[in-house]
Amino acid sequence: MLKNRVIPALLLKGGGLVKTTKFKDPKYVGDPINAIKIFNEKQVDELMVLDITASKEGREPNYGLIEQFAGECFMPLAYGGGIKTVEQAKRLFASGVEKVCLQTAALDNPALVTALADRFGSQSVMVSIDIKKDWLRNPQVYSASRAKVIGTNWLDLLHQLIEAGAGEVLLNAVDKDGTLSGPDLDLIQKASKAVEVPLIAVGGISSLEDIKAAINVGASGVAAGAFFVYFGPHRAVLITYPKYEELEKLLKTE
Amino acid sequence: MTNSPVYIIDTGLANIGSVARMIQKIGGAAHICNNPNAIGSNGKIVLPGVGHYDHGMEALNKHGFDAEFWDEVIKRDVPVLGICLGMQLLCRSSEEGTSHGLGLIKADVKKFRFAQEENLKVPHMGWNIVEPGVENPLIPNLETEQRFYFVHTYKVVPDDDNIVIGWANYGGVFCAAFQQKNIFGAQFHPEKSHQFGIELFSRFIAL
Repeated sequence: MLKNRVIPALLLKGGGLVKTTKFKDPKYVGDPINAIKIFNEKQVDELMVLDITASKEGREPNYGLIEQFAGECFMPLAYGGGIKTVEQAKRLFASGVEKVCLQTAALDNPALVTALADRFGSQSVMVSIDIKKDWLRNPQVYSASRAKVIGTNWLDLLHQLIEAGAGEVLLNAVDKDGTLSGPDLDLIQKASKAVEVPLIAVGGISSLEDIKAAINVGASGVAAGAFFVYFGPHRAVLITYPKYEELEKLLKTE
Repeated sequence: MTNSPVYIIDTGLANIGSVARMIQKIGGAAHICNNPNAIGSNGKIVLPGVGHYDHGMEALNKHGFDAEFWDEVIKRDVPVLGICLGMQLLCRSSEEGTSHGLGLIKADVKKFRFAQEENLKVPHMGWNIVEPGVENPLIPNLETEQRFYFVHTYKVVPDDDNIVIGWANYGGVFCAAFQQKNIFGAQFHPEKSHQFGIELFSRFIAL
């Protein structure tokens, strides 16, 4: 049967890899090509690279760098950051990316999601939704590039973007980002009940048990940053990924 | 390892770069080519593809990879590996479109259909195990499991299960790979399947 995916999510800033905490305070964790080579050797299920400043700076994807990433990946690669047009996405697919991930452009212009799905198939279009909880712990949609909460109802937005053609949803719990404090299971469960397409949960993963918990409440896949790039209580940078046999044992369905 | 050229058919529909990179990685000579006249009968052919069935057939015909070309391929016994949509185009027809396929394989392409309570998502996307079918040179019977990366909404349904060289299970078993003489097809993406894909391409190159 189909396996649940466990996906390292790497954040790109100015050509280097960084790791944020609650979307702030990016810390340099290393050279992306080197990290991707290591993840390739470790045979990760899939890899995700998100350029966290492209949209903020109104910049296009760094095609040259992304092509180098794809050249090191003998597994599927998803890229997000700064994509605004069909032509840009086409260039990314030509350079070896399997999926594009949209947030800013999807919020501004859901028609782009439709245009991409029509042209390249919905399986290659992922939308990323960042959720911040307000003081009453209600989920609010957060725009990462504008660094603020926007008023749209999060479940309505999910439905709208899937209706528009998104084939996969990346659900990011902003308050959990980089904290290694466990996933927001309640959020993941609500989202996975609401959507038909595969849901990838990210934010807060700190252990194999966290991965299993997120999958048990309905995630098709789990992505993580800090868990795969930090090691130990002092957050030493060390790239790790569980062995296939470990994941197999962990995620085996009874 | 033989160094006979591997011609990757490029009709603008697939991520041919990753196929070429994997073939180069294992020491093969990959040639990306969009013109049937550039293909020599001493080599092997990979037909990758993603996207809509009708667009796939249209692109093949537009570039001259027409019935006459495939007749020659069969006659000269040139090994062919169709990947994903490429595999489906080797069949007779697809529920996805109205175009006739190449018809080299007696099979039709049908959509995954599941009862709601099965809770299975379409497309079938992610890693799945492929069990070897009839004895064949690409997917051998090994003690260790072989897993591959899939992304597809339609599946190949052959008339005769004796051409199936790999089975996968998604709400029921389906044909993940087939072989009829020199014509091979894989529904999954070996170029995105780590060592499992590398091994499969190595076996194809060694044919």
